[in-house]
Amino acid sequence: MTARGTPLVEMRDMHKSFGGIKAVDHVTVDLHAGEVVGILGHNGAGKSVLMKMLSGAIQRDGGEIIINGKPAHINNPRDARDYNIETIYQTLALADNLDAASNLFLGRELTTPLGFVDDAKMEAETRKIMNRLNPNFVRFSAPVSALSGGQRQSVAIARAVYFNARILIMDEPTAALGVEETRMVAELIEELKKQGIGIFLIDHDIHQVKAMCDRASVMKNGQLVGTVNVNEVTEDDLLGMIILGKQPQLAA
Amino acid sequence: MVDTPAMSGSAPGVKGLVRTLEIDTRLVGMIGAFIALCLVFHFLTDGRFLTPRNIFNLTIQTVSVAIMATGMVFVIVTRHIDLSVGSLLATCSAMMAMTQTVVTPDWLGLGLNHPATAPIAIGVGVLTGLVIGAFHGWLIGYLTIPAFIVTLGGLLVWRNVAWYLTNGQTIGPLDENFLLFGGIGGTLGEAASWVFGALAVAAALAALWQSRRNKIAHDFPVKPLWAEGVMGAIIAASILGFIAILNAYDIPERRLAQMFEARGEVMPEGFSAGYGLPISVLVLIAVAVVMTVVANRTRLGRYIFAAGGNPDAAELSGINTRMLTVKVFAIMGVLCAVSAVVASARLSFHSNDIGTLDELRVIAAAVIGGTALSGGVGTVYGAILGALIMQSLQSGMAMVGVDAPFQNIVVGSVLVAAVLIDIIYRQRTGGR
Repeated sequence: MTARGTPLVEMRDMHKSFGGIKAVDHVTVDLHAGEVVGILGHNGAGKSVLMKMLSGAIQRDGGEIIINGKPAHINNPRDARDYNIETIYQTLALADNLDAASNLFLGRELTTPLGFVDDAKMEAETRKIMNRLNPNFVRFSAPVSALSGGQRQSVAIARAVYFNARILIMDEPTAALGVEETRMVAELIEELKKQGIGIFLIDHDIHQVKAMCDRASVMKNGQLVGTVNVNEVTEDDLLGMIILGKQPQLAA
Repeated sequence: MVDTPAMSGSAPGVKGLVRTLEIDTRLVGMIGAFIALCLVFHFLTDGRFLTPRNIFNLTIQTVSVAIMATGMVFVIVTRHIDLSVGSLLATCSAMMAMTQTVVTPDWLGLGLNHPATAPIAIGVGVLTGLVIGAFHGWLIGYLTIPAFIVTLGGLLVWRNVAWYLTNGQTIGPLDENFLLFGGIGGTLGEAASWVFGALAVAAALAALWQSRRNKIAHDFPVKPLWAEGVMGAIIAASILGFIAILNAYDIPERRLAQMFEARGEVMPEGFSAGYGLPISVLVLIAVAVVMTVVANRTRLGRYIFAAGGNPDAAELSGINTRMLTVKVFAIMGVLCAVSAVVASARLSFHSNDIGTLDELRVIAAAVIGGTALSGGVGTVYGAILGALIMQSLQSGMAMVGVDAPFQNIVVGSVLVAAVLIDIIYRQRTGGR
């Protein structure tokens, strides 16, 4: 991999143990602006834990997070937001009993001059961004529990996109989606890339990784197997890395 | 603007009307159940149930439980429970009783019935509730002890702290001004009640109008003007009707004569006056308005519901859910103190068993009012209505002459049945 200036994010020598288990064992990955880096591995390989250390949901035991060349202090989700890091969790992290607008602005409500939450303004903003992301979305006053999987996904994505993320973490964004909705997510990722946003994409689907990602970092048992340019390796190479922890011939 | 197609088309029948008016169907159901209950008791008691006198009494009997039930909504919405509210009420009541019978008259040398006594006592009570509630919240939020355990412990601890504070004695009589919060001992009178009613109607209509203008400003669909008019008329009629009923309950002649005597005057021949709005009900209205605004219009309220709907999502959204727990229980503690003011003033003394079993009444009121124990769902007005339904059941059965054991059997069964109906309702509507 050739250097292209300062990476947007570098996670150096990250580690995290739960009890005696090394969930993430001295892993280093990086991400450039306008790039999609796939994070691959089996369940329990440590992908989600690694990403949660970046999003502030899990505190790291050790290692450094460097954003635009400067050390970043991320100890909770609020810190991560201050660095314009947004996350779309696999579980979507939506409050099912609230409507789309309340979820989109959760933790960052717009308020009136008197300090009350401005629901009308938030709904108007939500309508605007939904028009762009998913024009079929019309159920603005229903609790999100009443929405389809795809609609819920668009709420989660809107939440990440609305606040001008520079670094986006997507945890299996298409796992629960149909063909059409998956295509919409792929288009969105392309669009976000063009805007110079860096994306970490956790995914199981090798096909999608080949199609959507520029590079892929493969993890196994908490350790980094390696990072490769996806167009320099075959799907079999990636599978070998994931299943056997085997380095592909090319990228060594 | 796009919206569900059903909105634009005028659906026929009652359902269509309810939808056009945008009334909460659950609220309609509860009010319907309440009215049916009242009519049944009215019939069974040969017309003694729906009298100004009985409605007045029902109202003031409901206040103490209703105030705490609004706080219990927040507690249950965040997936917790508070079993200690009755005991906490007792401790707050004991603190206030000791303050106004020992601390201010003797230690501070203010004597009896000093104007500063009631405010000081209430301040002490509220502070007590706040501190104890926040402490519960800290144990639950930060030390992660389950709320059930913390407040089960609290149920024993605070009941007996109250006992210790008063040596188990009944403390009274309480301060004259303090007693104004008791209900029948402190009412606004007819004129002031009408003024309050008019102001309340004006405020409600202004809020409706403001909400409509806000929607228009953002190009959201609004209901037809006639529907707003109907809603406004219903609200205005309810408020003014309630005031009229309370005003229609006349103060007994002997009491009136005493009141004139106390002022050194003689009561004119044929003079009569209604009680009007009790101050304790005014307190409940204030609590209800504040709690509703907190629930619907503040970040705190939004976070309470978000944390109840999905605690992980709330945490990942950067909400400090631990601190949120402290705040929710602190609010509950303050409301226990406010309730203690009303409850002890109604008795006119502090008794050792004050608030006993209130935790069950309060939880039942919140749950009958549609608060889901699974969290994330509940309304302040529902809890108040729930408290009113419980109290009506209890007093109605007493008036009919139902034996005491049967009264409790019925109340318990109603609680379970109400939750069952709620579950079925939720399954049918597929939402909240």
